[in-house]
Amino acid sequence: MVAKADSTPSEQVHPLDHLIRTDRIPHIWCTGCGIGTVFSSCLKAMISSGIDLEKTCMVSGIGCTGRGAGYLNLDSFHTTHGRAIPFATGLKLGNPNLNVIVFSGDGDLFAIGGNHFIHGARRNIDMTVICVNNLIYGMTGGQVAATTPVNAKTTTTQSGNPDAPFNLPLMAWASGATYVARWTMLHIRELTACIEKALTRSGFSFIEVLAPCPTNYGRRNREKSLETLRLYRDKTIIKNNADPSELDVDFQKGVILGEFVDRERPTCIENYDRTCRAF
Amino acid sequence: MGNRIGLEVSLSAAEAVKMANVDCIAAYPITPQTHIVEHLSELVNDGHLDAEFIPVESEHSAMSVCAGVSAAGARVFTCTSSQGLALMNEIVHIVASMRLPIVTILANRSLSGPLSIWNDHTDVMSIRDCGWIQVFANNGQEVFDHVLFGFKVAENENVMLPLMIHIDGFILTHVIEPVEFWEKDQVEKYLPVFKPVHSLHPDKPVTMGAFGMPFIFSEAKVAQDEPLIQSKSVITAAWKELGDITGRYYKPVETYRNDDAETLFITQGSYGDTVSLVVDELREEGKSVGLVMDRLWRPFPFNEFRDAVKNADNLIIIDRAISYGGQGGPLAIELRSVMYGEKNQPAITNFICGLAGRDMTIKDFKNIYQRAMEKVKGITLEEDYEYYGVRGK
Repeated sequence: MVAKADSTPSEQVHPLDHLIRTDRIPHIWCTGCGIGTVFSSCLKAMISSGIDLEKTCMVSGIGCTGRGAGYLNLDSFHTTHGRAIPFATGLKLGNPNLNVIVFSGDGDLFAIGGNHFIHGARRNIDMTVICVNNLIYGMTGGQVAATTPVNAKTTTTQSGNPDAPFNLPLMAWASGATYVARWTMLHIRELTACIEKALTRSGFSFIEVLAPCPTNYGRRNREKSLETLRLYRDKTIIKNNADPSELDVDFQKGVILGEFVDRERPTCIENYDRTCRAF
Repeated sequence: MGNRIGLEVSLSAAEAVKMANVDCIAAYPITPQTHIVEHLSELVNDGHLDAEFIPVESEHSAMSVCAGVSAAGARVFTCTSSQGLALMNEIVHIVASMRLPIVTILANRSLSGPLSIWNDHTDVMSIRDCGWIQVFANNGQEVFDHVLFGFKVAENENVMLPLMIHIDGFILTHVIEPVEFWEKDQVEKYLPVFKPVHSLHPDKPVTMGAFGMPFIFSEAKVAQDEPLIQSKSVITAAWKELGDITGRYYKPVETYRNDDAETLFITQGSYGDTVSLVVDELREEGKSVGLVMDRLWRPFPFNEFRDAVKNADNLIIIDRAISYGGQGGPLAIELRSVMYGEKNQPAITNFICGLAGRDMTIKDFKNIYQRAMEKVKGITLEEDYEYYGVRGK
């Protein structure tokens, strides 16, 4: 049951409070972290998109971003590490009327759970996957992730990361996602509009959101959270429909943001019904 | 002996792994993980340990990499915990059957759900039958010693089995304890260079992990079980040699004031140290109480255990895991079976407690003692075990 927002200004109620389990606040996110901003953007989009919130479910994996599902005052599922997309797949196929949102981090979705992402996209399962990418395993102490930039310092790569990170929109495009966008948590209006769009269209939608982790990434890489925001402002280029192969996260040369893929393809359920239930 | 210094148990474990001069550490370096691999990554990075540190993308990959490294004839270490072990499970069983002498520390923590990160033995019991040698270390010094012991036993040519060191998560992994380091020459004397019996090499090809059709599968399994059972002599010899070097003599079953005790607590892991204090206090109150700590879990030391409890009338078995729908906790189920058919049949009571890090103090163990004494007079099947301190029961 979704409670109505109390709009009386004197009571200082936040307009999104009715979507939050306020008894679980304060949240765990650090000062300067970007996850809360992305989370509120997602909540705003959920309201503005007009989707039936009684038929909406959020699924998260493990990690800082993974706490999202637990704070949402709707049906939600906090799954095991890396398994948000398979849980969400089951939810969607079990009850195709549900709006399914996966809200999780880069570590959860692209390292331990990377396999599920490519197959979710390949089968075009109708869900919206929002990935907060803070370039590191934040909750667990700042270890190297599959998204950590080359040469970045982490607790497990103290001389710098020798490995190349994933280009997430490229992977989503190549795997068959029908909607792919990237923003930073500074580009909140564009982000909210894209989430809204993703929620109301069918197919596998993927939105990457870059967000700072001052505690574990910034501290080791001499990047205060305000400086990260300056990077987001000064070193990003908005280029819709950009070639996915040029979307690697490299602030030296500039990071491309925008909507990159918006295409139609039959969803998993449509394909299944046509192939297996046609007779 | 080397210096005795105060250090977090996880860090001292990592220092022991460094002294064992491993060639490779493959680990999923995030939760559920400890500072052990984090400190190893520092030691490798700073040039204190000449080894490959491979931060893989999941625990399943961690043990898979360990299997590959070990099959190539190198010394390898990893460590995990709870859900990580659960994800690793498939390969945990396979490396035992492949006879790969990998040494792993398991920081014992509860398995989900509900989601938890705290200490108990539910993860330990989930891999009871995985075919590894399994030992419990009860404090920081024991952890340090058992890392070196672990490689010595696992890599023995008559053993060649993986070995897991169980240490209580948080209660041990995150506390600072005094630990006496070994000298380099002592390690070199104790732990020889790893000489694999079989390894993958193009000059002398072997096939590992091949299909075992029904006509050979049972034979392969017996060939795996026998060296595990027989490893006990290697284990006790390695403990003897360790004692001769350090002065610390370990036994498969440790005892404390058990000889004349009517009632014995049976524990695994760090609870042993707590219960030893309980025994002292109860003795002062005139109670005839002692303690038996199971150190070697697999292969199980049947004779040593029976010998340790032979004079007792009552056994209070402390379990920190559940066998849902079974006859109590996994340790109690095992020990009832061990005692079956013995002439002296002690009354056995079983308490499941301390799940997911719930504190167990001296007072709690005294309560358990009192409750056990009330129960021993009339045991029924329904009362074979009891959850201690659970609300709403």
